[in-house]
Amino acid sequence: MPSTIIQDINQHNFHEVLKPTPFHPRVDHDCLTKNWMDWNGYLTARTYDTLAAEYFAIRSSCSVMDLTPMGKYRINGPDANKFLNRLVTRDVSMLRPQRVSYVVMCNDEGKVLDDATIFHLNEGDYRLCCQHHQLDWLMISSLGMDVSIKEETHDIAALAVQGPTSASALKLAGIDEIGQLKPYDILHTQLHGFEVMVSRTGYTGDLGYELWTSPDNALSMWDAIFEVKQKGFYDIRTIGLSALEMVRIEAGFILPGDDFNTAETAIRADRVRSPYEVGLGWVVNLDKPNFTGKRALLDEKKKPIKRRLLRLEVSGNKAPQDSFLYAGKGGKRIGTIMTQIWSPILKANLAMADVEFAGGSQPSEIWAEIYYQKELEWRVSWAKGKVWNKPFWSHPRRSASPPDSY
Amino acid sequence: MQSYDAIVIGAGHNGLVTATFLAKAGLKVLVVEKNDHIGGATVSRELHQDWKYSNCSYVCSLFRPEIYQALDLGRHGLEVVPLQGSVTFKQDGDYFGSYHQSPVRRREIERHSKRDADASIRFDADLMKWCRLIRSFLLTAPPDPGSLKIRNVMEFSYLLKKFHSLSESQIYEFIRFFTMSIAEYLEEYFESDVILAHFSGGSIIGTGLGVYSPGTAYVLLHHAMGDVDGNVGSWGFARGGMGAVSAAIASSFQAEDGEIRTDAEVGQILVKGGRAVGVALSGGEEIYANTIVSNLDAKRTFLKIMDRNDLPEHVVQRAENFKIRGSSGKVNIALDGLPNFPALPPRSPLTLGHIHFTDTLERLERAYDDWKDDCWSKDPYVDLVIPSQYDPTLAPPGKHMMSVFVQYCPVKPEGGWTDQKKDAFGATVINQISDYSPNFKDLLLHAEVRTPKEIEDEVGLTEGNIFQGELTLDQLMFNRPFPGYARYRGPVKGMYMCSSSTHPGGGVMGAPGTNSAREILTDLKRRDTTPEDFGDD
Amino acid sequence: MTKPSENSVIIIGAGHNGLVCAIYLSIAGYKVRVLEAQDIAGGGAVTSEFAAGFKISGLAHLFHGLDPEILKDIGMQSADFELGPEIKTIALAANGNHLLIGKDSVTGAGLSEEDKQAYKEFKQEYYDFAKALKPLLLNKPPRLKNMDKADKFTFAKMGWGLRFGLGVDAMREFLRVGGINIYDVLNEKIENSHLKGAISVDAVMGHHMGPRTPTTVLTYLTRLNGEAQGNLSAPKNGMGRVTELLVNYAESKGVEIQCGATVKKILIDEGKATGVELVSGEQYKAPLIVSNADAKSTFLKMIDVCELDAMFAKRINTTRTHGSVAKFHFALDGLPEFVGLEASDLGNRMLIAPDMRYVEHAFNHSKYKEFSTEPVIEIIFPSVHDDSLAPPGRHVMSVLATFAPYNLKNGWDEQERRQFTNVVLKSIDEYAPGITSKIIASELVTPIDIENKFKISGGHWHHGEMTIDQSFMMRPIHGAAQYNTPIEGLFLCGAAAHPGGGITGIPGRNAAKRISSLDRAG
Repeated sequence: MPSTIIQDINQHNFHEVLKPTPFHPRVDHDCLTKNWMDWNGYLTARTYDTLAAEYFAIRSSCSVMDLTPMGKYRINGPDANKFLNRLVTRDVSMLRPQRVSYVVMCNDEGKVLDDATIFHLNEGDYRLCCQHHQLDWLMISSLGMDVSIKEETHDIAALAVQGPTSASALKLAGIDEIGQLKPYDILHTQLHGFEVMVSRTGYTGDLGYELWTSPDNALSMWDAIFEVKQKGFYDIRTIGLSALEMVRIEAGFILPGDDFNTAETAIRADRVRSPYEVGLGWVVNLDKPNFTGKRALLDEKKKPIKRRLLRLEVSGNKAPQDSFLYAGKGGKRIGTIMTQIWSPILKANLAMADVEFAGGSQPSEIWAEIYYQKELEWRVSWAKGKVWNKPFWSHPRRSASPPDSY
Repeated sequence: MQSYDAIVIGAGHNGLVTATFLAKAGLKVLVVEKNDHIGGATVSRELHQDWKYSNCSYVCSLFRPEIYQALDLGRHGLEVVPLQGSVTFKQDGDYFGSYHQSPVRRREIERHSKRDADASIRFDADLMKWCRLIRSFLLTAPPDPGSLKIRNVMEFSYLLKKFHSLSESQIYEFIRFFTMSIAEYLEEYFESDVILAHFSGGSIIGTGLGVYSPGTAYVLLHHAMGDVDGNVGSWGFARGGMGAVSAAIASSFQAEDGEIRTDAEVGQILVKGGRAVGVALSGGEEIYANTIVSNLDAKRTFLKIMDRNDLPEHVVQRAENFKIRGSSGKVNIALDGLPNFPALPPRSPLTLGHIHFTDTLERLERAYDDWKDDCWSKDPYVDLVIPSQYDPTLAPPGKHMMSVFVQYCPVKPEGGWTDQKKDAFGATVINQISDYSPNFKDLLLHAEVRTPKEIEDEVGLTEGNIFQGELTLDQLMFNRPFPGYARYRGPVKGMYMCSSSTHPGGGVMGAPGTNSAREILTDLKRRDTTPEDFGDD
Repeated sequence: MTKPSENSVIIIGAGHNGLVCAIYLSIAGYKVRVLEAQDIAGGGAVTSEFAAGFKISGLAHLFHGLDPEILKDIGMQSADFELGPEIKTIALAANGNHLLIGKDSVTGAGLSEEDKQAYKEFKQEYYDFAKALKPLLLNKPPRLKNMDKADKFTFAKMGWGLRFGLGVDAMREFLRVGGINIYDVLNEKIENSHLKGAISVDAVMGHHMGPRTPTTVLTYLTRLNGEAQGNLSAPKNGMGRVTELLVNYAESKGVEIQCGATVKKILIDEGKATGVELVSGEQYKAPLIVSNADAKSTFLKMIDVCELDAMFAKRINTTRTHGSVAKFHFALDGLPEFVGLEASDLGNRMLIAPDMRYVEHAFNHSKYKEFSTEPVIEIIFPSVHDDSLAPPGRHVMSVLATFAPYNLKNGWDEQERRQFTNVVLKSIDEYAPGITSKIIASELVTPIDIENKFKISGGHWHHGEMTIDQSFMMRPIHGAAQYNTPIEGLFLCGAAAHPGGGITGIPGRNAAKRISSLDRAG
């Protein structure tokens, strides 16, 4: 029963290093590799079965991922809107109910603490989803405001249902109104008699939805989705964090903590990054009223940019893992690869790269020095990188309204 | 008549470290020790048959890996086993535990305060910033602000450069950290009483200050900046007790043909024509050397084993005013079995680490108030460990050795120490433990109670101060031990200091000994055998 | 509403620092308006009637005079203030063996010649230290990174003064004691425990510190800086007279002072201060707003918190501002008799602090949110110097008693107030038997009352503890320590800013200089 899975917080169980999510009985059953990872303290599958199959489920049919470990905070009260608008760099004062917005939070120095999504659930009632633990920062930011902040990571079970057939699958599962949802819309509905919130959001760059419910209904929600597969309609496949890493890089989404050091955890003064430096200048609105970090960002904006997180396509087939980057083959060192994957669709090495901008401009050439091994023999090669200002890959089906029906 | 290149007075760990580095440079070195055993405060003693007590220092963390490697202590028999976790018992029957597994540690903080669990991320990162900064000053002599010599000015600019690696706001935050009280510093992060108390304890260990005294936040670093195999802030047990540390250094020293004489108490450092020429033992024997290094604390060095007439008057005055207040006691206990702590769930790993019973800042501060009035704390702060759970060499099978460090205990209660008072002090500690462990008293086979008086009488630490001098701003960095004498050189030519009375101070760190050796070798124009800081960039 | 002129300034609060700042700015050519919430200017430096015919200084009751540098700058004379004769300190002893402590000498039965000499040397040494700090006090606190020319100059001056003004040995001593406690320093220098107790009062009164608290050397040096300004005295007509002089002088320089004008909020537009709104709804516009209020009142009460960054607001909120001194005003139907003192001695400042242990014990209580059961007490009889303060033949007694923490465990309700009054009177009675019978009326001003009456958060004399972490380039917090604040056009000029509390006028002066220099730089 879910209630026994969500452990009583007063009974600390030191034997359990990672916590199971409310979906764990199903996740554990499907996860053949038993290749577990720690995501915010929860037991999370790296891969369930075969990475390639999981990747193609996202890109060609329908994938399901357990999102429960995502940090979730419920924010309401008279000053909720004011609080959020001061918290993030984007203007969210006009965010309508049943809409979602992607945002960035900075500290006073204008350095990125985390990215997040704000769900305006109902008038004045918000959910903030973060990559990292942010209760401390939210409480600090709430000083002098009439706002209630509740951590609800343990209290909300969530699944991401993503892929070209996701809308059709969810419709067959019983969510009739799914077709009406435009990107970043929220829908409160019923599924098999219990309440579910559906948002057209995701981290894959494909058509997709996220489903949110009480932990009590977690297994029923899971079963409702997989019933569609049982009926023989479409392949629906559980995916782990490795497949997600592939599609999020293809789609150009950044991952705080992996692509750059978040400000709260940085120890060395030069390890922090501003939104401009991680390519999130587009979510900074310097014309809106004061927000934390605004003064610092106004100052930064006046100076030439020092470095940027770039989307770099590295030629050839050698993985540029942890590679140093140079201004030319054997030239001056200008940066490092932060994360990288091989894209099965593009047949290319895609990477997020931290690159210095001497004099405020992007280097004209970027080369990666790649160490790789064949049969335990280490070799080195050079490969040229190409900078993509847009996502590496994008497909119109991601934002098609109504979504494609299968 | 025997003659050496250098004589080191006191076979504590710093003395042995200095001696070994000097011997490595080819000097003929003698270490003289008043006791019949070496080690000073890093000893293992069999005071109850078949039990070995680390009866002074009891855990290992600060010992610099650079020195460990340079002296090849592993091959000389030293093994340091990391210690797992820690716990503070609460008066209401609950407890707060700190676990090694980070998700488990986090959830345990969450159990007391969700906000504190997140704040601990900010706290850890901030503390690490200050650790990084301070650690880079450990293996260098502090520059003297009064000197305009080129080497000194260059060292100062190195220090300033390190500061400048911080951002502007970090510089201010560092100064705040350096000057604030631990309680007020922690209150900027945490809200839960037990968590505040748990993290504050380390800051008052060994000091004559309370958790609300400005300057105590910094002391936290003295306990947090050690490392056992790269885990900054972890503690470890030396297998065989702390005596294993001094034994390994001594072995390293002897491998370099160094000589150790025990039962050889120095009565006086001999000075002729304004330079140190040797030592006279209490028995009258004189031994000569051109370099004399004192590992005794600053008070003992200048007031006991040097002739006032050989010293500038202001040095004598500084030594008289040197703050070296004993504030700690110790109870070492032989147990018939493992004590039971019913508040903990079955098979809890928390008893493997540090155990504390003080769950609020107020109780910690009141413990200090007692000491200010020359009383031992009626409700003391204890740091209890049971190393025999890891180390079979300390007690017979199935039996255990428990080391209980006690803060605060006065140097001299009103009317002085008597056996009766010492027993009452021991009973205070034992009663506190048995409040949380009902079978503890039944298991008790033997207890050695040590007040500052015993620590002074046996080890030779003045007033029983475990750091050989308070770690307050007037006695840190270029002020340690005295302004103008912080670079290990004494006021008499050829005479040096290497004890914890010098920078960077107390703890089983070996850094004062190493820095002293470096300065001596520089003066003697010998090859520098001391290691460089590993650095962490 | 007419457009404010470019050089108009609004100063919030007509305390002495606000007035000094106003005078400076007015002389520099600004159009200055000072808004004061109370019906009378002066902040804590006012004289008020607490019982029919009995008048008393509101908060501070003794005065060293304004900093001579300021008097010179603004063209006032110290004689203008009609300061009374020098007031010495009498350390009371129950047996009548009192000590008479002056600025650089001490006398008293039972005091050894060595201690008399030691006191003299100690004071000389510490005056020199205080002097070495002066360049730091009389300038904006230098930043430690991204310094401007002025910062580098301040450092150079400090460094030069330390190295060559004090000399190597004194500099080393200064660097040794700068961060420690007065307890250790006094024990190194002086034998007589009564004398040490009295000196330690000067290091802890007004602070949440005992003699053994590290940084009490620094607070003592701050006090000595006041002593160096001029003799300690009780101004004629009370502290209100000092304010009156400043007000008149300011008005003569064209400053407009408006009392009964409580600022509700500071108006901010696109991150810039543009004016203030009063409780009455009235608005005043100006491009420069200067707050003489404490940091918490300024940032957390008068400004919408959204205008501040989150950590900045948090750091302001966590500054330690709990006051620990209570003030008593007693109307007496005649001078009391103190054991071993003549009536003519009662013009001095009397201290109850028999030794440092007593003072430390008094402090212990305040750590646990209790008032001292044996408090440290300072007593003066202002009416001895000035018969206008009480009806003929009658007297006023002004008493400071510490420790009386702001955050008393049970709150300062009637019962606690009565109990503390009894504690204080019992203590005084030991030295002046029968004093209670002379009391006609009394008033108790706890830190809570100070907060309510003078609008000082926490009722803290110095607008915030003067520990190192809240001093210099960290006062009130870093990011607002150079008088300018993150809000463009908003400045601090009160005791919350460097160099902190005490009636010196230096924060007001430094702020004014900072404002005009930033303004000139555009």
